[in-house]
Formats: sequence, structure tokens, C-alpha cells
Amino acid sequence: MTALSVLFVLFAAMGLFGAVMVLVARNPVHSVLFMLSAFVSVAGMFVLMQAEFVAVLQVLVYSGAILVLFLFVIMLLARSERPIPALSQPLQAPVAITVGLMLAVEIGLVVLTGAVDRGVSGPDTPQAIAAVGGNVEALGRQLYTTWLLPFEVASVLLLVAAIGAIYLAKEEL
Amino acid sequence: MEAYLWIIPLAPLIAFLVNFLLGRRMTDAATGLFATGSVAVSLLLSVLVFVQLDPEHVLNIELYSWIPSGAFQVGVGAYVDQLTSLMLLVVTSVSLLVHVYSIGYMRGDSGYYRFFSYLPLFTFSMLMLVLSNNFLQLYVFWEAVGVCSYLLIGFWYTRASASNAAMKAFIVNRVGDFGFGLGVVLIFVTFGTLAYADVFARAEDVAAGTLTVITLLLFMGSMGKSAQWPLHTWLPDAMEGPTPVSALIHAATMVTAGVYLVARANPLFEAAAGTLTVVAVVGLVTALLGATIGLVQNDIKRVMAYSTISQLGYMFFALGMGAYVSAIFHLFTHAFFKALLFLGAGSVMHGLNGETDMRRMGGLRRYMPQTFATLLIGSLALAGVPPLAGFWSKDEILGLAFIEHQYWIYGLGTLASFFTAFYITRLMALTFLGSPRFDTETIHPHESPRSMTVSLWTLAGLSVVAGFVGAPPEAGFIHRFLAPVFEHGPEATAEHAGGFTTEVLLLMLTATTVSVLGIVLGLAVYAWRTPALDPAVWGRRLRPVYNMLVHKYYYDELYDSLFVRTSRALGGGLWRFDARVVDGAVNGMARSVSDTGGTMRRLQTGLVGNYALAISLGLVALVAYLFFQV
Amino acid sequence: MSPPLEWYLLFSAALFSIGLVGVLVRRHVLIIFMSVELMLNACNVALVAFGRHLNTLTGQNFVVFVVTVAAAEAAVGLGLILALSRHKDTVDVGEMDILKH
Repeated sequence: MTALSVLFVLFAAMGLFGAVMVLVARNPVHSVLFMLSAFVSVAGMFVLMQAEFVAVLQVLVYSGAILVLFLFVIMLLARSERPIPALSQPLQAPVAITVGLMLAVEIGLVVLTGAVDRGVSGPDTPQAIAAVGGNVEALGRQLYTTWLLPFEVASVLLLVAAIGAIYLAKEEL
Repeated sequence: MEAYLWIIPLAPLIAFLVNFLLGRRMTDAATGLFATGSVAVSLLLSVLVFVQLDPEHVLNIELYSWIPSGAFQVGVGAYVDQLTSLMLLVVTSVSLLVHVYSIGYMRGDSGYYRFFSYLPLFTFSMLMLVLSNNFLQLYVFWEAVGVCSYLLIGFWYTRASASNAAMKAFIVNRVGDFGFGLGVVLIFVTFGTLAYADVFARAEDVAAGTLTVITLLLFMGSMGKSAQWPLHTWLPDAMEGPTPVSALIHAATMVTAGVYLVARANPLFEAAAGTLTVVAVVGLVTALLGATIGLVQNDIKRVMAYSTISQLGYMFFALGMGAYVSAIFHLFTHAFFKALLFLGAGSVMHGLNGETDMRRMGGLRRYMPQTFATLLIGSLALAGVPPLAGFWSKDEILGLAFIEHQYWIYGLGTLASFFTAFYITRLMALTFLGSPRFDTETIHPHESPRSMTVSLWTLAGLSVVAGFVGAPPEAGFIHRFLAPVFEHGPEATAEHAGGFTTEVLLLMLTATTVSVLGIVLGLAVYAWRTPALDPAVWGRRLRPVYNMLVHKYYYDELYDSLFVRTSRALGGGLWRFDARVVDGAVNGMARSVSDTGGTMRRLQTGLVGNYALAISLGLVALVAYLFFQV
Repeated sequence: MSPPLEWYLLFSAALFSIGLVGVLVRRHVLIIFMSVELMLNACNVALVAFGRHLNTLTGQNFVVFVVTVAAAEAAVGLGLILALSRHKDTVDVGEMDILKH
């Protein structure tokens, strides 16, 4: 068992535990905090995969911005809190869990029967990435040349989202 | 002849159009005169045709090509031979006399102009029927005369009995016409053409069995149109129409169309196997049927109607024996004396304000001498008393039956003859002799106006002399005249030469004796009131027979239960099927759709969670399908 | 030796399923939203894993955009939730059934 494998198992366990607790926790704030642990373990997993930029992005944007946003909204909604049942209508829960299990099993089967091993190998081997100057450099180059247009559109999207969010959340329209 | 031939039917047609379209704005006198004048023109031209007829050569001209459709070629044309010429004369002369009579008879009727448009329309249709040169044209005008008959029987359409009678006539005719139509189709299928000339020329090349079927089908049409058993039930009811209509259509012309058909198609009937036997049997049965029912009827016009049925039966069994000329000869004479009898009955009714029940007449001899005299001549002619017309034609048929060894036909025909003499004498006695059985204070019978009596006297004269065209028997003018038309018939190949042989004279004597016996018996019962022959007593003694005859052998009741009730039941059943099954299916489908919709809409719970679950299920299923080919 | 591709994919599958169950089972609208974020994260993991396995940086590029879109979506979605809960005075998804037949 290499060190990387051990780390993987650690991160995986933490992530799955956090995810399950998000569902199970009664208090929404607890859910947010468990979610944080899940996100951080995913970030760790990214680092394991030598995707440092994405890991940092995960921590900064997901844990830092989105989760904080969630906390704010929970706070804003606190006055309209009434005790609510955690689970939905009678039949929904068992069916949902069954569906989820089925999906997991299906994907697992797909993965394990080797259907996944197809795909054309690309040029960005770790050596090539190192040659360019590291993950961030390589990613940056690609982002600003090949994927420039989506990049710009994404920024417009963020602008629109910001405006939309403000507009939607206002008390008097 | 081609130059003026078409004016013969066209003149009455124009009269119809003018009177029908403009009649309301014309005076009654004008419409009457216009119609009568047009028929007079037709009569004159028919005489001209008769005079100019070429005995060697049949005139077969086509006016125009009506249906040029590949293998099916039909034109409108004329086929003029001696038979046609004779029919033209009969139709136009009787029609003219009826028109003249109607001017007086229908005076004051609110539908005067309508009457004088339908009457020439009928004349036109009948003339075109007789002139036809192909079976389809014949069929079209066959139907046309049926329509005119319907219009004229139901002339006083506000009377339920009249419009019912018109419908009955048309429907019963339709039964016969159905067979006729099939026969025409079969002719086309067999011969590839419908033109007389071609069909008759090739008649002997076709299998006898096929011709039997064809001719039987054609004869069905004759049975309907000429009121032969079993399609006889419409004619007595047709007496609901005005009496001139009965005289023209239901005595002299339309009902003789059936006889004309068989005579015209004689090459087919001769070449077929067995049809003529059927024709003879039907004719004989009808002759007896009509004569026996006529014995007990109390309505003056009904007696005449049954008499017509009976006499038409004579014509048909003559045709069945192959005696075509005799049949046509009887048609010729019968047209005159039967029309006379009907018009005379009309005169009686006119004088008594529409009374038709003979039990309420009597002693009219003093009040209506001219009517009495002319009707006397007519009834003697019908009874077959020499030297009047009926004797020569009717007894020639019976004599021929005897000579040809058809003893059954001779015997039964003579019996019917006896009955004929009896019932017509009964009619005359009840109507004119004895003392009045009506209230002489309130009812004042009067003689008819001259417009009516002129027709009566003309027809009486014709009833006297018309027979002489057929004397001596089998060797008279008419026999020589019509011989070329019936080249195939046994008459042409008969061994006997006709004329006044001993055998013939004996037969004539026998026939006369039978007729006189009938007359004497009739007078004894109804005029001299012989106590031993009191009709009421005999009626009680023979009650079952009497009831059977009074109810016309229950044919109307039979047809009612067989056809009318079943049709209505069928109609009702089908209506219920339509309302319940068909409508039920349609409504049921609509309801099932709406029920399905009602159930399906419960999927819309409004809860996002349910929708998301549905999406997930779909996702799971999709993955399973794509990756595992489930 | 780094862990094989299959492990990462199995982890991603598990995370995705948990997120799916959370969306279907919970009634608090914010928990549902967080479960959606979990599902997106699972996708990210799968993307990066594939990218590394196939020696291409396209996976990571894609993840950048996914994160961007997730952020935008979170902002707008939370704004909607605020507006909705203000209107209906509840955060219970089970009570938002105006589209019911």
C-alpha cells in the first residue's frame, strides 16, 4: 500500500462521510459544515491527481464563496423557520434510496467491467506539463488560447448571475 | 318519315313544359286546349306514319349518341315497325279522347293546369317508350311512365288514401322494375349491346338457358307494370286517381307496356326455354284472379280495375302460347272498350257528385241515357258479344288455345269469360237498371256535358268497328299487317290458314253462348231479381268463398305482413343498432379518452421531488439500456 | 503508484448517488440545493480523473468552467429561494405545489 493509496482512502472516507452527514443532519448549519469537510476532501483528492489549480479553485470558490453564501441564506431564512419533517412523503424515501443504490451499482458495474478503458491518449503527459512549467502554467496556456471564447462567455455569465441574484433577492421589486 | 317522326313525342312534351311552367298564369281553357291540341298533332302524324310505313324495311334511326363509353354504347333512337305504328295509334287516339273528356271532367279543379301538364307528360313518356330502339331507352321511359302514374294517381295529394295508393303503385312497380333492370344488365353482359336490332339478330346464337334467365327477368318488369299476379295489388288502389287517368293509364296504355315488351322482345322469348310457359301460366292465373274478385266488388271503378287485370291476363296467356298477333289485337280492342268503360264510370260519378259505390246507385238509365247507351256498348264488347270488338279479339285467343290443343287454357279462359260477362252485367244492372237506391230528393243526377259525351260516343264507335281489323280469325288485316314483326312465332308457321272454317265457327258459337249465358245469369240475379238466385242468400251460403273474394284473396294482408312489417322491423332494429352500438362506441371512445386523461393528470402532483424522482428513474433506466442492453 | 482510475470513478459514483438521494429525500430546500452541489463535485472528480488517465488537460479545463457555472447557479438559485420563501413563508418543498392538478 503506497502512501498515495492510503491518502486516497483517507480522503475518500472523509468525503463520503461528510456527504452522508449532509443528508442526515437536522440542523442546516450542521449540514453546511459537513459539506465543507466533503469539499475539502475532494480538494485533497485533486491534489493527489496533480491538479493543483483545480484544488485551489475548489477551496476558494466552493468552500470559500458558495458555502458562505449558503450560510448567509440560512441566516436570512431563519425567521421563517418552522420545524419541518426531515424526510418527504411516505413512499418517496425508500424508492429514492433504491434508485440511488441502483445508480451506484450500475455505474460501478460499468467501471469494473472495463467499459471505461477506451479513449484516445492526449499529449499532456506529466512530463510535458512539467516541461512547460507546472500545472498552472499549462492550464493557463490552454485556457487562454484554445478555450478563450468559453472563458469570456463564462465571465459574462458570472456578471449576469450577479445582477440576477441581486434582482431576485430584493425585498421590494 | 324521319323528318316528322320526332314531332310525335315532342308535341306533348312541349305541352307539358308550357303548361307546367306557365300554367298558373294561363286560363284553364288555354291549358286544356294546348295539351289537347298537341296530342291531336301527334295523332295526325301517327296516322301519317301508319300510311307511309314500309312493310319490307324497319326504320331504325338514331337521334344522338347518349352514352359513348368504351364498350358501352347507347344512343337515343327510334325503331319503327308495324308494332310501333299500331302502338302509336292506340296511345295517341286514346290519349286525345281522354284529354277532350278531361276538359269537362276536371272543370273547377284547383289543379287543372297541373293535370294538363302531367297528362301530356305521360303521353310523351309512353310514346318514347314505344318508339325506343334500345333496351336502356325503353327502361328509362318505362320508369318515366311509372313516375307519371305516381303523379297522376296521387293527383289529389291532400288525400291520404291517394298518396298512399300512389306510393303503393310505385313501390310494387319497383319490385318488377328491379328484375327488369337486372334483365337489361344481363342483356348487355350477354350481347355486348343494348340495341334491338343487334340483340334480336343474334338471339338464336346465345344459349337457351341464359335467354331464359334474361326473359324471366324482363317478364318480371311486365308483371309489375301490367299488374299481373303476384304484383297485381297496386292497380285497384290506383283508382284513387281521377277517372280519366284510370282510363288512359290503367286501362289502355301504361299497363299494356308489359304486353308490348314481351311482344317486342319476341325473338328472345322464342329462343328461350320455358319462359313462355311461365308467361302463359301467370297470365291464366291472373285472368281468373281478376275475374273472380271482380264478381263481388261494390266500387264501380274497382270492378273495372279487376276487369283490366283479368283482360291483361288474357293478353299474357296469348303471348305465352306464341299467339303474338292475337295478344296485340286484344290489346288494341281492349284499349278502346276499357277506356270507354272507365270514362263512362267517370260520367256516372260526375253525375252523382263522386259516388262510386254501386249499392247506392240504380235506375240511372232515365237520368243519363247517353252514358247508359255508350256503356252498354262497352260492356257488350267486354263480354264478347259479336259483332263487337271484344268478341273478335278475346275469342280468337280462346279459339287458338283450343286449336293448339291447350285445353286447360281453353277451359279456364272460357270460365273467366263467363265470369267477365256476369260481373259486367252485374255492374250495368246495379248502376242503371231497377229503381234508384239513393235519395232522389237530395241527389239529382244529370247527363254529362258534351265534352265528355263526345269521347264516350267516339270510343263506343271504335268498340263496334275495331274488331273488324281482325276478321276473319287469323286471316284479317291485322294479322297480315303484324306478321313481319313476329316471324318466329308459331302463328307464322301455323298449319291452319285461318278464316271461317267449321271448327272456327263452332268455337265462335260456343264462345258466344258462354257470354250470353253469363249475361242472362247476371240479369236474372240483379235485374229480374229471381228469388231462387237472391245474391244475399247465396252470399251467406258460400260465405267462405265470398269472404275470400271480397278480401281479394288476402294478398294485401299477406304482403303487409311479409314485406311491410319486416321492413319496418328491420328499420327499427337498424335504428336501434345505430343509436346504441354506433353512437355508443363513439361516445364510449370519447368517454374513455376523458377518463384516461382524468387518471393521468394525477401524475401532476406539483411537488418537485416527485418530478425529480421520475427523472432519476429515467436516468437509471437509460444507463441500464445503454450499457447493458437491457 | 498512484491509485488506479477505477477507484476515483467509484468514489465519484458513490458521491453522485448520495447527492441524488439527498435531492429526492430531503424537504428543506437548502439541503436539496447542497445535494445538487455534491453531485456537481462528483462530476468534477470524474472529469479530472479521466483527464489524468488520458493525459489531457481538457478535463481540468472543463472543471474550471463547471465551477464557474456552479457559482453562478448557486447565486441565482439562492436568490430564487429567498424570493420564494418570502412569498410562501416556508422552506418546505412539500408545501410548494401550486402546479398541482
